[in-house]
Amino acid sequence: MSLDAAISRAPTPAILPGSGGMRGALSDLFWRRPKFLLTLMLAPPLLWLGIVYIGSLFALLAQSFFSIDEFSGLINREFTLKTYGDLFQAANLDIILRTVTMAALVTLASAVIAFPIAYYAARYARGRWKALFYLGVMLPLWSSYLVKIYAWKLILAKEGILTWLLAKLNLLRLLDAWLSLPIVGGNSLSVSFTGTFIVFVYVWLPFMILPVQAALERVPGNLVEASSDLGASPGQTFRNVLFPLALPGIVAGSIFTFSLTLGDYIIPQIIGTSRLFIGQAVYSQQGTAGNIPLAAAFTVVPIVIMGFYLWGAKRMGAFDAL
Amino acid sequence: MTSAVSFKQVSRHFGSVRAVDAVDLEIAPGEFFAMLGPSGSGKTTCLRLIAGFEQPTAGSISIFGERAEGVPPYRRNVNTVFQDYALFPHLNVLDNVAYGLMVKGVGKASRLKAAEEALSLVRLPGYGARRPGQLSGGQRQRVALARALVNQPKVLLLDEPLGALDLKLRENMQEELKSLQKALGITFVFVTHDQGEALSMADRVAVFNDGRIMQVGTPEDIYQRPNTRFVADFVGSSNVLPPDFVQRYSGQHRWGSLRPESIRVSSATSGDGVAARLVGTNYLGATTRLAFDAEGLRLHAVVPAGTALPAEGGAVMLTFNRDSLHLMDEPA
Repeated sequence: MSLDAAISRAPTPAILPGSGGMRGALSDLFWRRPKFLLTLMLAPPLLWLGIVYIGSLFALLAQSFFSIDEFSGLINREFTLKTYGDLFQAANLDIILRTVTMAALVTLASAVIAFPIAYYAARYARGRWKALFYLGVMLPLWSSYLVKIYAWKLILAKEGILTWLLAKLNLLRLLDAWLSLPIVGGNSLSVSFTGTFIVFVYVWLPFMILPVQAALERVPGNLVEASSDLGASPGQTFRNVLFPLALPGIVAGSIFTFSLTLGDYIIPQIIGTSRLFIGQAVYSQQGTAGNIPLAAAFTVVPIVIMGFYLWGAKRMGAFDAL
Repeated sequence: MTSAVSFKQVSRHFGSVRAVDAVDLEIAPGEFFAMLGPSGSGKTTCLRLIAGFEQPTAGSISIFGERAEGVPPYRRNVNTVFQDYALFPHLNVLDNVAYGLMVKGVGKASRLKAAEEALSLVRLPGYGARRPGQLSGGQRQRVALARALVNQPKVLLLDEPLGALDLKLRENMQEELKSLQKALGITFVFVTHDQGEALSMADRVAVFNDGRIMQVGTPEDIYQRPNTRFVADFVGSSNVLPPDFVQRYSGQHRWGSLRPESIRVSSATSGDGVAARLVGTNYLGATTRLAFDAEGLRLHAVVPAGTALPAEGGAVMLTFNRDSLHLMDEPA
């Protein structure tokens, strides 16, 4: 077919007429004033963030400066630091220390477990294997959090599959030795801090794998070759090239694992000892104890810790790659 | 004398793809050696075999007489300048250059001093504090060169190092690389698909095609006396002449090659020569490249700028010196 036949020879205007009507006028308006469209699109989320989210945070902060009348149980709405005084009692500091230690250990373990998986996915997995990787990492996130935790309770219980497996492997003594240790031990894994730790790591692991994988994906493969070419052993290449370049991803992932562990109150309640974590303390203070100011003060703790954490992460360049 | 690099029947197959197929190669110490070929011809795989990023499927490789199969890249005293430089983005220029010395355990003061010296060698003194991202392509190229040279490698491998530079910069770097190589006396192995680059820089050139070496020789050998149609065509786009045509002028029934610059064009319509018709002109600045149709055979000639040209479609006579008609070994 010739070009002449394909294109009509009728004269065409250089400027096309407007399509007319409301929609045409609106399209032209949006084109002429792009900021107007942007404002329209951003207004609802900004209102939500500004009023509902930030607003409730401030309400929370304000509550923590109120106090509770110990006789009537009523909240005294006057500014006081008394609640913070209560917060820094030895028993409460214990809760804070326990939670922060757990969050740090969970973060460390997640990073160590996530790195090889993320490295495989970024460097070697192609096509179908990559899809399988994403499915494998994301699938647990699509099933109910509570179901997963109760499943773990069964796995870790004294009559559970893990004990059974270790018995078959004649390794029960190892488990018993571990459970007889102070702090990390207990009657069974499902009522020990070890169990809490295992489930925390399981539940938050995807949040570590994905950012680390994204960071490693951005490291060109020839940097690894260049390092090796310049005489670096695989270990030196890891320390000097891969790890520093993956660090922003690790820090980004650790923000998830650390903050999610700091705030969780369900996992330690179902799997673990009777000793409280921050989330549980908040839950019991605002619920059964009815001490809203102390609950609010407890809530401020992870917020402050995360504030410092994010500040440190920013200094380490965790957000440079965003 | 032991060769700097020696390939004996080396093959590297990826599944059914024969990237490198039974290659024999000897590179002399202190030589500037170019591997020339189209993309996918196996030249880069050969380079990676020397560097240690690939292991041969069959055959043996030795570097200065020592067997290299199974030796990882970090235990070879061979360094590479990568095509896209592969500078470490999280290190500044000085630490990039000092990297090789750092992983070998050289103390901080002496490795930074050596790195600074290497930077002056590539004419980038005082650039140490910058990040690779703040440098231009040409500067990055020099940093990559300094980073490799600071290790004083036995063999320096360059993988299309000038490919990403613009023409002017490329010409400068060609001269610089050549004088650097002369001054340092290190064996350079240079991969390129640019025949001009290979001819102008190398002491010897290996022309690759389909995982095999078609011809090894000095640039003059390769250019003037190609042994196959492929080499004649790839190096300098020679006119490849079919046996029947060649027989008329040389009496031998063999494939021949004729350089475009050895063809003279006259507007005579009779007499000795090849009658042809001008079908295209390409103005190239210093020269003009002409395309002719001689009874169905497409011939190219390059004439100096300013030569009077016949009109397009006009009949011309093409003449050439019998000596410049090169007969190739390839069977007819």
